[in-house]
Amino acid sequence: MEHKAYLDMELLRFTTAGSVDDGKSTLIGRLLFDTKSIFEDQMEAVKRSSEKKGIQHIDLSLLTDGLKDEREQGITIDVAYRYFATPKRKFIIADTPGHVQYIRNMVTGASTANLALILVDARNGLTEQTYRHSYIASLLQIKHVIVCINKMDLVDYSEERFDDIVRDYKDFAAKLDIHDIRFIPISALHGDNVVHRSEKMEWYDGPTLIYLLETIHIASDENHIDCRFAVQTVIRPHSEDYHDFRGYAGRILGGIFRKGDEVMILPSGFTSTIKAIQTFDGELEEAFAPLSVTIELNDDIDISRGDMIVRVNNKPEVTQDVDIMVCWLNNNPMQLGHKYILRHTTREVRAMVKEIVYKIDINTMQRQEGEKQFAARDIGRIRLRTTAPVFTDPYRVNKHTGSLILIDEVTNETVAAGMIV
Amino acid sequence: MSHYYLNHLKELEAESIYVIREVFAQFQNPAILFSGGKDSIVLTHLARKAFFPAKIPFPLVHIDTGHNFPETMEYRDWLVDALGAKLIVGSVQDSIDKGRVREETGLNASRNVLQTTTLLDTIEQYKLDCCMGGARRDEEKARAKERFFSHRDEFGQWDPKNQRPELWHLFNGRKNMGEHFRVFPISNWTEMDVWQYILHDNIPLPQLYFAHERDVIERNGTLLAVSEFLNMRGDEIVHNKTVRFRTCGDLPITGAIESTASTLEEIIFEVAASRQTERGNRADDKRSETAMEDRKKQGYF
Repeated sequence: MEHKAYLDMELLRFTTAGSVDDGKSTLIGRLLFDTKSIFEDQMEAVKRSSEKKGIQHIDLSLLTDGLKDEREQGITIDVAYRYFATPKRKFIIADTPGHVQYIRNMVTGASTANLALILVDARNGLTEQTYRHSYIASLLQIKHVIVCINKMDLVDYSEERFDDIVRDYKDFAAKLDIHDIRFIPISALHGDNVVHRSEKMEWYDGPTLIYLLETIHIASDENHIDCRFAVQTVIRPHSEDYHDFRGYAGRILGGIFRKGDEVMILPSGFTSTIKAIQTFDGELEEAFAPLSVTIELNDDIDISRGDMIVRVNNKPEVTQDVDIMVCWLNNNPMQLGHKYILRHTTREVRAMVKEIVYKIDINTMQRQEGEKQFAARDIGRIRLRTTAPVFTDPYRVNKHTGSLILIDEVTNETVAAGMIV
Repeated sequence: MSHYYLNHLKELEAESIYVIREVFAQFQNPAILFSGGKDSIVLTHLARKAFFPAKIPFPLVHIDTGHNFPETMEYRDWLVDALGAKLIVGSVQDSIDKGRVREETGLNASRNVLQTTTLLDTIEQYKLDCCMGGARRDEEKARAKERFFSHRDEFGQWDPKNQRPELWHLFNGRKNMGEHFRVFPISNWTEMDVWQYILHDNIPLPQLYFAHERDVIERNGTLLAVSEFLNMRGDEIVHNKTVRFRTCGDLPITGAIESTASTLEEIIFEVAASRQTERGNRADDKRSETAMEDRKKQGYF
């Protein structure tokens, strides 16, 4: 690979969910194998383990299952991250288990993904797992979904079967909030339409999976309109060269900040202008998400971690009442009136559950009202009241300023994922 | 708006700097675990970028097995001096002398496993509540399951089946007294990314990574450097070869590869063409199929 080209590659993060049976591991194995991303010693180790388990073929799922218990029981418990690259892009796969008890892992994997890969067994059509995974992709606002209709070899590469499943999925997806859905008929086992075009399905004239992964437009997944910068920490070198330097370190969460811009600081409401956008590699004229930079202002204002720098004429909502879709992730149930620590951007406040609006049955997508508590894996809509204001955007407008987690004050565990409505 | 996107190295850099700054903000007494290997060198470089123009606000912790490559020690001392950083050394020899651990014996004896006790003792002695490491998820299958913020209980142990969910980039570093965190800011980097970044940022490295002549023996398909720390069988023959190291661990367990790559460009070309993983010749990973997971549960890096 020409290293100059490699230096200028885009990064695509995608998530897959499913069990061994639906061919997910085989598909990942196929992607890694056909893009020459598996090393010989990894392959040797998998061969040895397969033989030890008395399996005839090479079990590619052993490449993705990393923990002792997973390998022994042949199941995936936790999110595993996989990496591969083609000359066009670098990929990070968040590979998650698909069973209902692992929704928290699915949500975790989906939270940082640009794209979701959903596998459907051509023989079985859509299943509960398809609905669940699609719903989570929609809830987490993954912008692109590729539905791979797998095991086409077992339905005689039938165009009719493919069309039926596509139609079913489109009917179901009408209820979801996903705008870019693609369908590909594949056989992960034989490699049809994964990296190489299938010769058995001439009726299909769409792209292969790898072509889509390499070319799907992701540059606009970040919000470049609403300027948001959450302060992580204040940098004051106190050195001779930088005696009066006072910089606000953080990551740009939205919009494009430029030197000279008039900005407002929340929660104080003071205004100033940007003196410089600093990095180790020199000053920048402009900076956009997701860059990590240090901002200097022209006025001396008291700013600390958890404050947000925004544009004067484009402010997030400053509120103590937060309306969220929540995924409950912990075995300790959530009840009305319970208090938690809420972490949103770099800000930490306390929050109380004020109202449970409804719970969603993830398999039927029906709303259930009048619920009193949320148990592990429950998803629904709740209202929180916080002790201090947070600066929010709807999750669908900006994932960085629209997401939050709840933390148990006693166990310190992360107990819920919230998406601001 | 097409120029408002970051290439993958810039995106990875931005992510890592964000994580390092979160560590500084969320913990009282964080440190960088510095082995002298390329990953901890890149991590240290990123930490420097994260707080520019201020000095790096973390001490470097080196767990010294006493079985080091001299090149690594020279590099360490040079870097600490250049950064004006504080260096904390935890000595495995001290742990042995105090009777905290017992030296392994036999042909394949190493101090790799012993490091865990020294590391945990050092963490306790200096009251470190967070140690950043240069581990990457692509290195090894147990590491593929790691969080960025990885909780350790009061015994320093990792519980892989009960990890906190980690959503978006909202990191939860809350803990009780006596517990600590391991944080891995370059989790999402691959070996190739690390090399490309070293080239792009022109980061100096120890000479070990470049081709040089060295006396080696061949054992279990791996080339091991001849030194006073390596136990040898009588029938093992010493060869002088042109080699380099892809990873940089303890002297008796880090395998060399035959290579003439003497520039970063040549190394990158070699890495791209390589059909073996970089840890493929680390004897510490070969002890069993779950060697890394087992050590990590105990508190290893």
